[in-house]
Amino acid sequence: MSFVFWLLAAITVAGGLAAVLLKNLVHCALALTVVFAGLALLFLQLDAQFAGFAQILVYVGAVAILVVFAILLTRSSETPKDGGVFSRTWGAGLAISAAVFAVLGWVVLQSEAGLPREINVPNVTVLQIGNALMGRYVLPLEIVALLLTAALIGAVIVAMHEKGDAK
Amino acid sequence: MFTPQIAESAASGILWLIPALPIVASGIIALFKQPMRKLSATLAIGSLSCSLLLSLFAFGHVLVGWDRGSAVRETVNFTWIQVGTAHVDLGWILDPLAAVMLVMVTFVGLLIFIYSIGYMAHDENYTRFFCFLSLFAGAMLGVVIANSLLLLFMCWELVGLTSYLLIGFWYQKPSASAAAKKAFLTTRIGDVFFLLGMVWLFAQTGTLLFYNAGMGSMEALKLGGLLATPSGLGLTAAGAIGLLIFAGAAGKSGQIPLHVWLPDAMEGPTPVSALIHAATMVAAGVYLIARVYPLMQAGAQVGGTTVALTVVTWIGATTAVFAALIAVAQNDIKRILAYSTVSQLGYMMAGLGMGGVAVGMFHLITHAFFKALLFMGAGSVIHGCHEEQDIRHMGGLKVEMLGTFIPYAIGMLALCGFPLFFSGFWSKDGILEAAQHWSVAKTPLYMLVFGALLTAFYMTRQVSYVFFGNWRGHGEPHESPSVMLMPLAILAFFAIFLGAIGTPAWPWFRAFLEGHTARFDLAGFGEPGLPALMATSSVVVLLGLVVAWWIYGNKPTRVEDPDALERAFPTIFTLLEGKFYIDELYGVTVIAFYAWWARVADWLDRRVWGGIVAGIAWLFREGAQLSRLFDLNWVDGGFDKGCEELANSGGLMSRIESGRVQMYLRLLALAVVLLTAILIWSSRG
Amino acid sequence: MTGFATPLTGYLLVAALLFAIGLAGALTRRNAILVLIGIELMLNAANLNLIAFWRYLPHPEALTGMIFAIFSIAVAAAEAAVGLGLVISIHRHAHTTDLDEMNRMKG
Repeated sequence: MSFVFWLLAAITVAGGLAAVLLKNLVHCALALTVVFAGLALLFLQLDAQFAGFAQILVYVGAVAILVVFAILLTRSSETPKDGGVFSRTWGAGLAISAAVFAVLGWVVLQSEAGLPREINVPNVTVLQIGNALMGRYVLPLEIVALLLTAALIGAVIVAMHEKGDAK
Repeated sequence: MFTPQIAESAASGILWLIPALPIVASGIIALFKQPMRKLSATLAIGSLSCSLLLSLFAFGHVLVGWDRGSAVRETVNFTWIQVGTAHVDLGWILDPLAAVMLVMVTFVGLLIFIYSIGYMAHDENYTRFFCFLSLFAGAMLGVVIANSLLLLFMCWELVGLTSYLLIGFWYQKPSASAAAKKAFLTTRIGDVFFLLGMVWLFAQTGTLLFYNAGMGSMEALKLGGLLATPSGLGLTAAGAIGLLIFAGAAGKSGQIPLHVWLPDAMEGPTPVSALIHAATMVAAGVYLIARVYPLMQAGAQVGGTTVALTVVTWIGATTAVFAALIAVAQNDIKRILAYSTVSQLGYMMAGLGMGGVAVGMFHLITHAFFKALLFMGAGSVIHGCHEEQDIRHMGGLKVEMLGTFIPYAIGMLALCGFPLFFSGFWSKDGILEAAQHWSVAKTPLYMLVFGALLTAFYMTRQVSYVFFGNWRGHGEPHESPSVMLMPLAILAFFAIFLGAIGTPAWPWFRAFLEGHTARFDLAGFGEPGLPALMATSSVVVLLGLVVAWWIYGNKPTRVEDPDALERAFPTIFTLLEGKFYIDELYGVTVIAFYAWWARVADWLDRRVWGGIVAGIAWLFREGAQLSRLFDLNWVDGGFDKGCEELANSGGLMSRIESGRVQMYLRLLALAVVLLTAILIWSSRG
Repeated sequence: MTGFATPLTGYLLVAALLFAIGLAGALTRRNAILVLIGIELMLNAANLNLIAFWRYLPHPEALTGMIFAIFSIAVAAAEAAVGLGLVISIHRHAHTTDLDEMNRMKG
């Protein structure tokens, strides 16, 4: 494995850990952004340029901002909550996550023998992606468009002030 | 012997009506209310009159047949019960024996019925009296015409029942109801043996009919079979069955040791005493022996006798003397006559045993007339002395109650056997003559002669006390109404003239019964030993009369004076007055044993059987408790506990629904892990 | 530098780790927004998995993996928007985003 991979993997994982462990929510959001960036770079390393740039555009540019806005809008007080930021029964959650990682890791390591070594890079151009989106995958594209419209409207409705609702 | 005539005729065809009419009348009277007196009396007397007419018709039929030289014995038999091949028959018979008995019972019965109108006029239970009387008459007539031992037994029991009802007629008196029970139970003891004999007879011969065209149990074929069967104790089956049947007769006819009920039966009204305990019911025992005489006599050698008849004779003779002795010391007018009846029944049994059917039956017929006369006369005296029955409180009644005195005196002389003019003399002499010629022993003759002496003695004593001397009672005696005196006169007539048919010179009665001709022949008096016997019995009777008259005579006495005999022989007199203490003996032995046994049975019943029942009940109760506990704790409890646990587990399970999202998420993740693991393992395996 | 048997293994393990971290965050943090952050992490890990497989495995269609990942990004964005809108709405009602206190569905 190349050095780049290890570096990018380290950054991403560190950012993920920070995102779930930090006390300050804004710090968590920023760490999340780091994770998104790291992942985008990993995509680029995997020769998936379009996916990498889409990741930056959507995640870093929109979702991260969204998260920050949500954090800022739901601040009730600056004082740390009583009892800490972690749930009272954080052990069970940790154990379950560890179990999940164990299962997944074990599966991956067990099936190493069946995986191929080196494959040619698939030659995919943006033109091809566009053609595919408009051709073969036009239906999923339209549905996703519908979904995005619904999500937009829904989010607005859910989050807007209701009549007579005291703030 | 005459030629037998056994074909049915009109007479035998209507024979069943003779008992049926009074029984039906009794049934109708039972439905009447007490105030309907005239109607009930009319019905009873009317039905018995019809029976009398029918009996006379039957008698006439038999008489005509006898006159023509045929021995009538007509039977009408029918099958009553049939089980497979065995069958039980009933039927009735018309023969000379039945004919004379029918006429006697209906005639004397009718006279007593008429007498009862006067005697029971003041009684409030008049209707009930005639109902029972009628039922009794029907039952007795049933006994007379029965051709089957079973039918005879059924009517026999009915007679016993009506006797119980009539003795205890005044049931409010404790002594009356006690006497009725005593009568019923004592005769019952005899009846048990009767039943045994009957069953044995049926088992041996297969039939209970007396005469059935050669197949009846009294006929030669079956008798031969019975004679051939031994039965232990040196008896043949015939002898043993005869003795068993005699036990039943002994109960009904008051022979020793079952005589104890007859004197106490005087608790009943006097017409009852006259009818039942003088003329008819007690005679039923004698009639039964006469009916089964072929059985009793079976196997006797010529001039000899059988064991059964010997037993009958001895018991009869003993009873005759025994009862006569007791009668000497009694003070109740009816009791004297009761013991006299017992004594005369002993005579009849002895006559049957020694001399045959004709001898015994003749005395039965004559006795019926004069004893009924005596009882009705006693009833008239009691009525006239205002219900007084103790002879020490009477006296001098021949002046006030002449209409009663004369028939009574005639009856008394007939009973004593006063020579020549009175029927009792001829009938008793017939018995004495048979005793004289008895092959076994002469002792019964001496006993019977002694009994005749005693009879004369106590009857004279009674008449002296009642009719002679001075009046010792309360109030004024008065004569009875003519409705009561008329039957007395009629019976007195017969008491005199009935003897004519039984004299040795013209033995019509015997000839009639035995089916051969009779001629008037004075040479009959010349039979060896007969004149001496007649002289002896006459002397004995006169002796008794004179001695008694000399002791008691026409002397004025006071109430509190002790009896002359008592003054002379106090201990003997007390013994006789106490009836030889037989009742007390029975009380100590038989009745005490019975009471003890009843106590044992009661204890058994309460403790043992009752205990078992109670134990089972307790067991069930405990079992029920157990079941209840089981149900409560295990079934119910288990169910409750189960539901409780379910509720608890629900409570536990609901903790998963904490409402916290993260909990749900965790569960989801866990589920995914598990599923994945399962998938991997299953695909690897 | 240690190496895996194949480069694919490394990417897959990184994706698995990221997924587990995101799950841990979603399950243990009290704040609702952090749960959504955790979910985003999980989705991104899945995306990485997809691209890695697209790169290293033979496939009859050259584009499938890529298109899949792109659609996944789009859907994840929509979902994040709606989810955050919901959190804001809940905060308006309950004045808190603490998940431990939100147990009105407790049964």
